Amino acid sequence: MNTFDCVIVGGGIVGAALADVLSAEGLSIALVEACSIGSGTTACGMGHLVAMDDNAAELALTAWSVALWRELRDELPLAVEYDACGTLWLATDSEERAAIDAKVASYRGVGVRAEVLDAAALREAEPALSPGLVGALRVPDDAVLYPPRAALHFARRARDRGARLMPGCPVHALRPGSVVLENGEALAAGHIVLAAGVASPRLCPELPISPRKGHLLITHRGAPVVHHQLVELGYLKSAHGSGGASVAFNAQPRVTGQLLLGSSRQPGADGSHVEPAILERMLKRAADFLPGLDGLRALRVWTGLRPATPDGLPLLGPHPEKPWLWLACGHEGLGITTATGSARLVADQLLGRSSAIDSRPYAPARFLASMTPLSEAHHA
Amino acid sequence: MREACDLVIVGAGPGGLAAACRAAEAGLDVLVLDQQPEPGGQVWRGEARKGTNRLARRWLSRFAASGARFRPGARVVAAPEPGLLLVEEGPSSLAVRYGRLVLATGARERFLPFPGWTLPGVLGVSGLQVLVKDGLSIRGRRVVLAGTGPLLLAAAATLHAHGGEVLLIAEQAPAARHWGFALQLWRYPGKLLQGAVLSAGLVGVRTATEAWVLEARGEHRLESVRMSVSGREEQLACDYLGAAWGLVPNLELARLLGCEVSGGAVVVDERMETRVPRVHAVGELLGIGGVDQALISGELAGLAAAEQPVPDSLEKSWRRVRAFAGALALHDAPRPELRRLATPETLLCRCEDVPLSALEDCTNLREARLYARLGMGSCQGRTCGAAAETLFGWAAESVRPPGLPARIGSLRPPAEPPPTLKRES
Amino acid sequence: MREPGAKAATSVTLRINGRALTVPAGTSVAAALALAGDLVSRSDLAGRPRGPLCGMGVCFECRATVDGVPEVLTCLTPCREDLEVVTDA
Repeated sequence: MNTFDCVIVGGGIVGAALADVLSAEGLSIALVEACSIGSGTTACGMGHLVAMDDNAAELALTAWSVALWRELRDELPLAVEYDACGTLWLATDSEERAAIDAKVASYRGVGVRAEVLDAAALREAEPALSPGLVGALRVPDDAVLYPPRAALHFARRARDRGARLMPGCPVHALRPGSVVLENGEALAAGHIVLAAGVASPRLCPELPISPRKGHLLITHRGAPVVHHQLVELGYLKSAHGSGGASVAFNAQPRVTGQLLLGSSRQPGADGSHVEPAILERMLKRAADFLPGLDGLRALRVWTGLRPATPDGLPLLGPHPEKPWLWLACGHEGLGITTATGSARLVADQLLGRSSAIDSRPYAPARFLASMTPLSEAHHA
Repeated sequence: MREACDLVIVGAGPGGLAAACRAAEAGLDVLVLDQQPEPGGQVWRGEARKGTNRLARRWLSRFAASGARFRPGARVVAAPEPGLLLVEEGPSSLAVRYGRLVLATGARERFLPFPGWTLPGVLGVSGLQVLVKDGLSIRGRRVVLAGTGPLLLAAAATLHAHGGEVLLIAEQAPAARHWGFALQLWRYPGKLLQGAVLSAGLVGVRTATEAWVLEARGEHRLESVRMSVSGREEQLACDYLGAAWGLVPNLELARLLGCEVSGGAVVVDERMETRVPRVHAVGELLGIGGVDQALISGELAGLAAAEQPVPDSLEKSWRRVRAFAGALALHDAPRPELRRLATPETLLCRCEDVPLSALEDCTNLREARLYARLGMGSCQGRTCGAAAETLFGWAAESVRPPGLPARIGSLRPPAEPPPTLKRES
Repeated sequence: MREPGAKAATSVTLRINGRALTVPAGTSVAAALALAGDLVSRSDLAGRPRGPLCGMGVCFECRATVDGVPEVLTCLTPCREDLEVVTDA
């Protein structure tokens, strides 16, 4: 039987980033992926690296992660398309405009640069936007990148340090000390980390992760230039609202000259088919912000499934009931942004070290701990 | 803009025209959409103006008299729900409501990468033929053709007739297979005639079997080609090269609609109906079979759409053309040498400029797309997808909207929605 | 570019990259590109010239700006009087 210090199940960006960090610490690693590295939710996302301040825990993890990405930028291959374009959070009315000041304060509180653009400054910065916008919050250190190649970069770096990459290897089951593949092979593991995103509950049914579908559209290369990632301030409402399907304007300039457009959220929706009614709502919303949008040429539309948790924060740390199992999943729409920080947090805990940020808000025990007394009672 | 009809037909080649005639003559309101400015498809391109091909003339006249409506320059970009197509026509967008749909999207040439194949002056075999039919002056120009099967001869005949100096017709198949195929034609009188006419037009033109292009050379456009002819290399100075190896069906729209595809062809029943109810497929979508198969399957689909009985003679013709299609497929299979022409620097994806070397670590089409951008450009992988399937055996991925690159506005339902389309606020 | 013996056709005059060209009616813009210079329609990402390949609206190699509309497939576009074609090469 093949034996590893750590077997990581899931070769998306989180699993790949973790393989990178742990292999650098000298651990022997297997990175097991059902399909291809970075080909699942990782390949479907927009690839934003964005500090989000919906709550303190989200802000701490995203701000730290974006900073970690920035440290990596010089070593990322060109194909990763890292572009420090910054984010503009767009205000559509005076109420949203008023909220910007509080956000500036909260960003600055964790060391993230942020500044206010009034309507005139916004028009100068992004002439393609609707003239009706009243202002924006600029976060200059946010960035965008191309996630599948970023995942591949992490995986290959781990491989170069001796990690074994195992794409095309669906996992059958996780057992104490071993990962059993569908082909019958078993990998012995000192530690097992489950980083399988939306597929995680298949191997660990008690995880509170459910798919939240999203749609994206990319244009041809000749799109008019926008200079920042553009997000409506209403995005947070959309991103964390409970209810039904929601859409919010989100656009990115890509280094290819293409424009990448989002976003939609459908809690519980499954399947990869494009839903015309959702797409229509998303495009209508986007056209409100970018008046010239309907004339741009669309090359592709696709969907992805975000692995959502009830509180919008990922599960990072030990499984409270299964001491042999670690979790690095449930990132919803922030897997790309927080891959760097998530990998560090899990690696630090696994190696018994302290982290740069408090890991407790992301501890899986916040959902799974209640099961402990139950199952203990059962065993007693 | 909006349109509604009993039957919409996508593609105005022989298959689409035959379906349109049969259905419209039986009283259906028929709408035919085609990307081209005139009906006739690729095989009868320009015939609507010139009328030199008797069979084309007959069907185009019948179509004109049938009552079916024709919309030129119409590209289907999305199929958001059963019974609805979103269409782009130049600068405007159109929504078409239909009762039934006949897919007659035809085929394209199979291009395989070789060094220099991106130089201007290097076209497909039928691609060059089409441009000449559309007015490209070939008189006195030196032309080399490399490909396979009857289309190679048809293209040569067109170029020859327009005054082109055809230096060499390079058939990839070995002599035995080539002549075996020619002999097969004897069993089918219709094909024999076609072959004989073509041969007569090509007296004095050099042909070679077991011959293919190795490299196209030139600074800013094609200047010469290096060929492999029966095991020997030779170089020919020329102005145009037509190079493509057989045809592949245009399956994208069928796939977008969810039709089952098996062995590279749309699965249909005896009414030419696909596994998606009320959606039929005809012609090359059923496996490459040429004009006869297109006409007969088109007639069958048109009759089925109009709920008309099928004459016995048509049933018999159908079985005959299916046998021919099988022989053609065997003949057209690209030989292994053709899979090894590209060097590491040769571009496989012409839209995103992806060289063969970029695919070194990729094990399937998804990886090639994600890691190397193969097929991520304007043609949506139509050219490199078929090449990658031949070179590496990579299967096509699922098709999602837009079926063709489209204005974002064309993907949104029209301003005044059809009554059954519920619009969200 | 009309072939001798072809039916007399009315001709149309269009401009390709600012140069006036007269062609027989029915000529496609892609075919007319050969008159304007070496059958070049666009340049690739590295600036190398490209021309039509498939002739039937599949490969997108023949795309050019026609009457201000970018990425028009010239192989599907007939020449018309006063058409303004700009290749991106």
